[in-house]
Order: sequence, then structure tokens, then C-alpha cells
Amino acid sequence: MTFSIFLQQLINGVSLGSLYGLIAIGYTMVYGILRLINFAHGDVLMMGCYFAFYAILIFSLPWWVSFPIGIFLTALLGIAIDRGAYLPVRKAPRISALITAIGVSFFLENLGLVLFGGRPKPFHRPPVFGKVLEWGDIRFLTLSLWIPSIAFFSLLLLLWVVYRTRTGRAMRAISRDMETVRLMGVDVNRITSITFALGSALAAAGGIMWALKFPQIDPYMGIIPGLKAFVAAVLGGIGNVLGAALGGLLLGLVEILLVALMPSLAGYKDAFAFLILIGILLFKPTGIIGEKLPD
Amino acid sequence: MTYDGEADLRVRQKGLPGEPLKKEGRPMRNVFAGMGVVFSLLILAGWCLAAERVKIGAYLPMTGAVAAYGQDARTGIQIAMEMEPAVLGKKVGFVLTDTKSDKIESANAVSRLIEKEKVVGIIGEMISGDTMAGAPIAEKARIPMVSPTATNVLVTQGKKYIFRVCFVDDVQGEGAAKYAFHTLKARRAALIVDKAQDYCVGLAKFFKDNFTRLGGQIVAETFCVTEDKDFSAQLSTIKLANPDVIYAPNYYSPVALFTRQARELGVKTPVLSGDGAQAEELIQIGGKEVEGVAFTGHFHPQAASTRLAKDFISRFHKKYKADPNAFNALGADAYFVLLDAIARAKSTEGERIRAALAKTKNFEAVSGKLSIGENGNAVKPMVINAVKNGKFIYLATVNP
Amino acid sequence: MDKVRDRILSGFSVAGLFVFLYWAQGNATEYQVRLLNNCAIFITLAVSYNLINGICGQFSLEPNAFVAIGAYTSALLTMTPAEKQLSFIIEPLVWPLNVISFPFWLSLLVAGTVTAFLALLMGFPVFRVRGDYLAIVTLGFGEVVRVVANNLQSVTNGPLGLKGIAPYTNLWWSFGFMTLTLFFVHRLTGSSFGRAMKAIREDEVAAEAMGVRSFRHKMMAFTVSGFFEGVAGGMLAHLITTISPVLFTFFLTFNLLIIIVVGGLGSTTGSAIAAVLFVLGGEALRAVEEPFSVGPLQVPGIPGMRMVIFSLILIVVMIFARKGVMGREEFSWQGLINLIRGVQESGVQGVK
Repeated sequence: MTFSIFLQQLINGVSLGSLYGLIAIGYTMVYGILRLINFAHGDVLMMGCYFAFYAILIFSLPWWVSFPIGIFLTALLGIAIDRGAYLPVRKAPRISALITAIGVSFFLENLGLVLFGGRPKPFHRPPVFGKVLEWGDIRFLTLSLWIPSIAFFSLLLLLWVVYRTRTGRAMRAISRDMETVRLMGVDVNRITSITFALGSALAAAGGIMWALKFPQIDPYMGIIPGLKAFVAAVLGGIGNVLGAALGGLLLGLVEILLVALMPSLAGYKDAFAFLILIGILLFKPTGIIGEKLPD
Repeated sequence: MTYDGEADLRVRQKGLPGEPLKKEGRPMRNVFAGMGVVFSLLILAGWCLAAERVKIGAYLPMTGAVAAYGQDARTGIQIAMEMEPAVLGKKVGFVLTDTKSDKIESANAVSRLIEKEKVVGIIGEMISGDTMAGAPIAEKARIPMVSPTATNVLVTQGKKYIFRVCFVDDVQGEGAAKYAFHTLKARRAALIVDKAQDYCVGLAKFFKDNFTRLGGQIVAETFCVTEDKDFSAQLSTIKLANPDVIYAPNYYSPVALFTRQARELGVKTPVLSGDGAQAEELIQIGGKEVEGVAFTGHFHPQAASTRLAKDFISRFHKKYKADPNAFNALGADAYFVLLDAIARAKSTEGERIRAALAKTKNFEAVSGKLSIGENGNAVKPMVINAVKNGKFIYLATVNP
Repeated sequence: MDKVRDRILSGFSVAGLFVFLYWAQGNATEYQVRLLNNCAIFITLAVSYNLINGICGQFSLEPNAFVAIGAYTSALLTMTPAEKQLSFIIEPLVWPLNVISFPFWLSLLVAGTVTAFLALLMGFPVFRVRGDYLAIVTLGFGEVVRVVANNLQSVTNGPLGLKGIAPYTNLWWSFGFMTLTLFFVHRLTGSSFGRAMKAIREDEVAAEAMGVRSFRHKMMAFTVSGFFEGVAGGMLAHLITTISPVLFTFFLTFNLLIIIVVGGLGSTTGSAIAAVLFVLGGEALRAVEEPFSVGPLQVPGIPGMRMVIFSLILIVVMIFARKGVMGREEFSWQGLINLIRGVQESGVQGVK
């Protein structure tokens, strides 16, 4: 493998990896604060893409208006799911919340199928994202620069919210002991709704980036990104936002390099991701960085 | 842990002895009962009013992983039904069951169609695996089944009542190899195969066999899995091997994504695909990067020669403002072929319809002139279409 | 006195079941027989899944892997070499599988044993973790098995799967095995092992403190679960006559999860009832997807509504009726008699 090929793969890997990371940080934040594996994260991502898609289609809004609208609507969806499905099972054993999350996931997928139809729809890629840049033998889209930047920016934003705002302080407190925080007079339900709104907004952002990179959307598109983001989050230490971002990066790189170096094993790609997941959970369950409770 | 809240609840729910558990409001109950009676009467009326129909059933994946294809087929059948709503002097009754892209459901669906709905013919399924689950049941019950797109050779092998209106994998793979070798003058081919789809694996194998037999060389064989969106790694391998043609037999959305990424990475090699690629979405998703992509197909909207084709395409246009894709057309064809056989058999008996189906010769279907040949497989000319100027154009015909 | 009465009643019901099956074998339509077979197989699956999830309290998501292993093992063993040659068109089947052909009962036994053995192996890494992590690890294993099945062309025939499996499964086999499973699981849960598992479910630390070797019991539940799921998988393969990896995705696990949750986590009876509801309800709900006429009006069917309704049911059950249909209680003759008496009494009261 020549150096330029390696560099090309590196760029591909970083592009894909930061995408996984972007989706993973929302996932891990919700887990860190609520101890809930939100299986529906990937499907919320899918809904975000469809919101943006229809905003463009029906109202003919330019992308820099419809993408934020999509993200905003998804945040509302996140709040709705929290209030409707997760709040009633908050006091129940963790298993119930997990099962409810699985139920919500399937519900969103099938609802999407009924509402939007199963045929993949083309997602418009605005020219600013689609220019091809060349550098010697290496070629990549401007998108490959946008995604890591937006992922990085979102990471900073999230860290700022969690560590520098009062709401963030409440979130961190809730992750330690929800009951006591409630007794302290904090409106726990409001904070969790904000958590979900934030997580869903990040999912939507990740989803739109995903749809820009792979310009088609369908009701089942969220399953794979959700699953990969989940592996990334665990890899980095579930609950740890920075870890999730790094975990995503690592996962993307490993995936690309595996297929590049051993093409005949490409079919086992997903199995490898899961084996890594299982390995981490068994031998270092706190992940690479460590399960730092956000504090 | 010590306070048994459950027991407490149980006592409260059961109520004190002697107390009735629920006090239902009388008026509400009456209203519901009344509505129920009216509703049932209406349904009964509808059932009585419905004249005797020739019932055709379809088991298609309307939900699940391959819902897109089932939905497309159903659209095609709906338009076909508008065009030919009756046979043998009676209206056609259509029953659709969803297989959820699942084998267990497919078997149940076929069983139900035959027993409960008493259909005289079945259309379905879209995926070879699911069709193979449903086929033995139809075979045993002697109800003819026509599949729009199941391409695995094993589907009809050894069965008398199972037919298809699409090519079998080996025919397409061979056609593609011949086109690549003779027309494109390619001698070095690279492959990208979706290991999780038997359609892709089948086509790839037959392409490989034929291409090498003709004298060509496979310089790279890469793999992906369904739902894969990122092909950059595979493309780097392919780029390195410097092929004359890339064979990417897959459905329209992965082909669109793959070709786009190929062009973005500077791989300019011509891409060849299969009939699954023929859909508007290929161009919509692929954009200008899919210019030049060629594929073996069933028909071409512009060069459609048969009356049925022209009618079908114009109706589809009016309704959906787009050209029909291969799944729409094949769904419609399954319907037309079945109807034609029933008409020729002059009966709704399974045996007779089957015999008529097997004798189908040069039936002018939407996707071209179709005959049913050996093993219930369709024998029809294959076309090579390509994308040019954002539209599908017709390149050549490969006759059987 | 009660115990004798219970035994007699149980004996009569089992006999009654088999008389019914005998009648059904000859007189029921193919569709009904198919549904009955489905019911029996799903009851077996649900009840064994409930053993590890509900009774032992270890929330695992791996049944699709066990069913897959069982199905493939059993199918590969019963298919004749000729049939195998037909299916394996891309790469030939590896030796010695391509020359052997076992009778059905033996293949089921081997399938169950192989699955149980793999469960045993899997159990070592799996039970090092608990709670959410256990769920994730088992989910991961489930996916790994599926991906391996998809890629091992020379053993499983990859995505093409196996076709033309002889339809050996009939009512006797499926219901016979179901009865065996129900009996075994019931006895197991009633025994000291079962009590230990329930103790682990309630509070693992306390159980350990009381001397219960939790790892041993979890392994037991897992392996037994694996055995029955494996055999059920074999029967499934011989019912639909064709299998491929796409049959064994997380969807299957999800369906089983709905069943045991709706039935009541921890109740064998509940799982059985819910399994029947699931199979029959799924078919009955097809009405929602087909157009039907109300007089002269045509109400169009919406395909896909069935699954939307299923997911809604799961969410609603989790929110409002978390205990499910049976909660943790089991069926007992005494309970049935009480229920009948209760209904009679409230009926008498209602007239007043």
C-alpha cells in the first residue's frame, strides 16, 4: 500500500469516524445522565433527516434554513418521546426503560415506513458541501472537512453546556443521584427533557451530515449509524462525551482500514465491530478513556 | 423490599367481598352496542353486494428491509389492475398480504391466501429466499405462483406451479459478461459484491464464470454488505487494480452511492450493473456522477414497443409524474401474465392455469415480449440501458 | 388431595391436547395446521427465553443466535447430499457435512446439544458483566453469529441460505416438544435450582451471601435456554423448509421480547399465552392492512400498520401494565377454580 493510498484511507477514515463520533456524543450524553441506552437514537436521527428533507421539499427553503428547522423539530420530537414514553417508566427497573426504548425505536421505524414509504429518497447535497478537492493523488469532498469541523464544534458546545451552565450542573447532579436532586427543588423532568432535546438535536445534526455524505434517506437508515455510534460510545467509555468522540474516530478508522487491508474479510466488518465491543466490555468496561461520570 | 406493595394492590383491586368490580354506565354500553350492530350490517351488506370475483392474491414485502421493492411492485400491480380489471367476464379481486420481508411470514401469507382468501393465482415474492419459503405451499395446493423478481435459479427448479417474469441470475450474469467483453472490449474486470444479498452473489458468480471463460481476467473482487454506505476502502483497492470495467450488480441505491463515491475518488472506469439498478432514484441519488452507468435490464420506457408498455408508462406518468422502474414494470407483468393465462385457460382451475402459463409464448408484456420457458423461467430479450444526460437511454438488445 | 386433583386435571388436559392434535392432523386446513405449528414453536421459544430473562433475571438479547445455530445445524444434518448439492451452488459444502444425512430426531438432538454447548462457551465471557452491559454483549454475540452465517459460504451457504429442507415438522413433533419444554421448565423453576435463579433475579448480592453460586445457576439457565431454543430452531427450519441469515436478525429477538414482556417476565404460563396471542394476533391484525368494504365504501388498507400497532402495544404495556398478562404468577388449577368462582360471584352480584 503506497503512502498516498494510505493517506487517502486515513482521510476517509477520519471523515467517517468523526461522523460516528458526532452521533455518538448525543447517545452517550443521554446514557451518562439518565443511565438509559436510548435504542431510539438512530431512529430519531432518521426523523431529523426526513424533517429537513420535507422542509426543503414542501416549503422550498434553502438548506441553511431547513437544516436548522430539521434539528429544531427533532429536538421537539426528543422531548415528546421523553415525556410520552420514558417519563412513565423512570421509576421502573432499568430493564423496563430499555425495553421501552426498543419499542420506541421500532415504532419510529414502522411509522416512518407508513408515512414516508419504503423507497429511498434522494437527499439534496448543496454545492458547498460537494466540491471535490484534489491534493496530488488524493481526492476528497469538502464535506470531509465539514464533518470533522462540525463534530468538533458540537463536542465543544456540548462540553460547554454540561460543564459551564447551570443546566449542565443540574444534569451532572442528576447523573449521580436523581432523587436527591429532586429533593433539592430542581425540576428533574425539565432537565431530562432538555437533555433529550439536546441529544436529539445532536442526533439530527449527525443524521443530516450522514445524509449529506450518503445522499439518500429511508426509514431504516438510522439503525446502522445508531448501532455504530453505540459501539463508539462504549469504546470510549459510555457516559464520557470526549470518549465517545474519540471512540467514533477510532471505529471509523478501523473499519476503513480493515476493508482496505483485507478486502476478502469485508463481509465480517460488522462482526469485528461487535467483537471489539464485546472485548472492551469484558476486559475494560470503562472504555478506553474511562467511564468518567460527567463531573 | 419488605413492604409488599403488590399484595396491597391486589386486595384493593379485588374489592371488598360483595362489591362488584366495575360500575359500567348504561348509556355508553348501549351506544357501543348500537354502533356495532350498524357496522356489522354494513359489512354484511358490502359482502353481499360484492359480485363474484376472480381473486388474485399477492404476497409482497411491504414492511421490513426490502419494503421498497414490495411497495413498487404493488404500485405496478395497481396500475395494471386499472388497465385490465376483469377476466373471464368477472371483476378481479385483489388481496395483498405483507410478508414483512420475512420467511415465516411469507409461508403464512401464502397459506392464508390459498385457504382463507381462496385465490386462484398468486403474485410474489420479490426476494428469492422469501419466494422459496412460500413456493412449496402453492405447489402442494396446486395454485400457480408468478414471481416478479425472484432471480435465484433454485426458486423454480423442480417445481411445476412456480413461474417468474424476470431473468434468472445466470442469464443476466452471462449477458453482462458478454456485453463487457464484446461491446466494451473490457479484458480486466473488477467486482464489488454485496455478500448479504443472494441476488448480488448470484449475478457476480455468473459474471465471473462467463467473463473468464470468454478470456477476460478478474483483477479485483471486493465485498460489501447491505446497508453499507461507505465504499471508499473497496474503491481504493479497485483503483489500484486498474480495471477496464467495474461490475456492481446491486439495487439502485447502493449503485448510486457507489458510483458517486467512485467518481469523487477519481475512478473513471465504466460501471456495469444489473436490472435492480433501473429506477429513477439511481439518477436522483446519483446525480451527474452516474452518467454512463450501464446495466442489463428488462425494458426501456422510451423504446417500449408493446401496447401494454405504452399504456402502462403513460398511466404511470400521469399518476406519479415519473417513469416506472423495473419493480413497477415486473409487478405489472406478473399480473398481466397471470391474467392472460387465466383467459387462455378459460377457467380458474389451478391445473388449467398452470398449463396455460407454461405455454405462454411471445406475450406482449410491459417489459417486452415474454415467453415462459424451461423450469417456468421467463425467456425474453434483455436490454442494455445506460444513463445519459440524466435519463435512461437504450443501448442494445441481447436476444435469448 | 389437591395435588392428586391437580395431577389428574393436568393429565386430562395433555390427553385432550393430543386428541385435538389427532383430529387437527386429519381435518384442519393447511393454514390452520401451519398456524398451530407456529404457535407451538413460538411457545417453546418464548418459554425458554423467559427462563434466562424472566426467571433468572438476566436480561439477554441473544435468542436469535441460538435459534440460528439450531436451525442451521439441524438442517445441515438432515438434508441429503443431493439436496445439499442443489443449494450450494457457489461453493461446495465442507466435508463431512456434505456426505452425512441424519434422521430428524437425531438432528434435533444434535442441534440442541451444539447450541447448548455454544451457550456454555458464550456464558463464560457473557456473565462477567451484568445489567445493561449483559444486554449489549448478548446483542453483540447475536449479530456476530448472524454475520458469520452470512459469510461462511462453505458451511452455511452464505446469504443464499439452505433450500429444500424436508418438511419434517408436524403437529406431533412441535407440540410434543413444546409439552416437553413446558414440563421441564416448569419442574426446573419449581425446584431448588429455580428458586435459586429467582433469588439471583431479586437480589444477586444477597443470594450470593446466602450461598447461592450465582454463576453456576446463570450458566444453567443459559445452557438450558440454549438447548430448547436450538431444537426449536431446528423445527422452525423444517417447517418453513428454507432458512437464511436474514431470518435471524435482531427482529426475531425483538419479537420474542415483546412476547415475554406482554406475557409477564418471569411467568412461564404468561409467555405461553403471549406467544399464542402473538401468532394468532399477528394473523388477525392483517385485517388492518387489507382493504375492506363497509357497504359501498372501500376502506383502503395501510400496509405496515401491523408493526406500528405491535410496537405501540409494547410501549403501552411497558407504561401501563409492566407486569404483563400473568405478572409473575403461574397457571395453577387452584387459581383457575378460584377465577371461575370469582366470576360466578361477581356475576351474581351484578344482577342485583
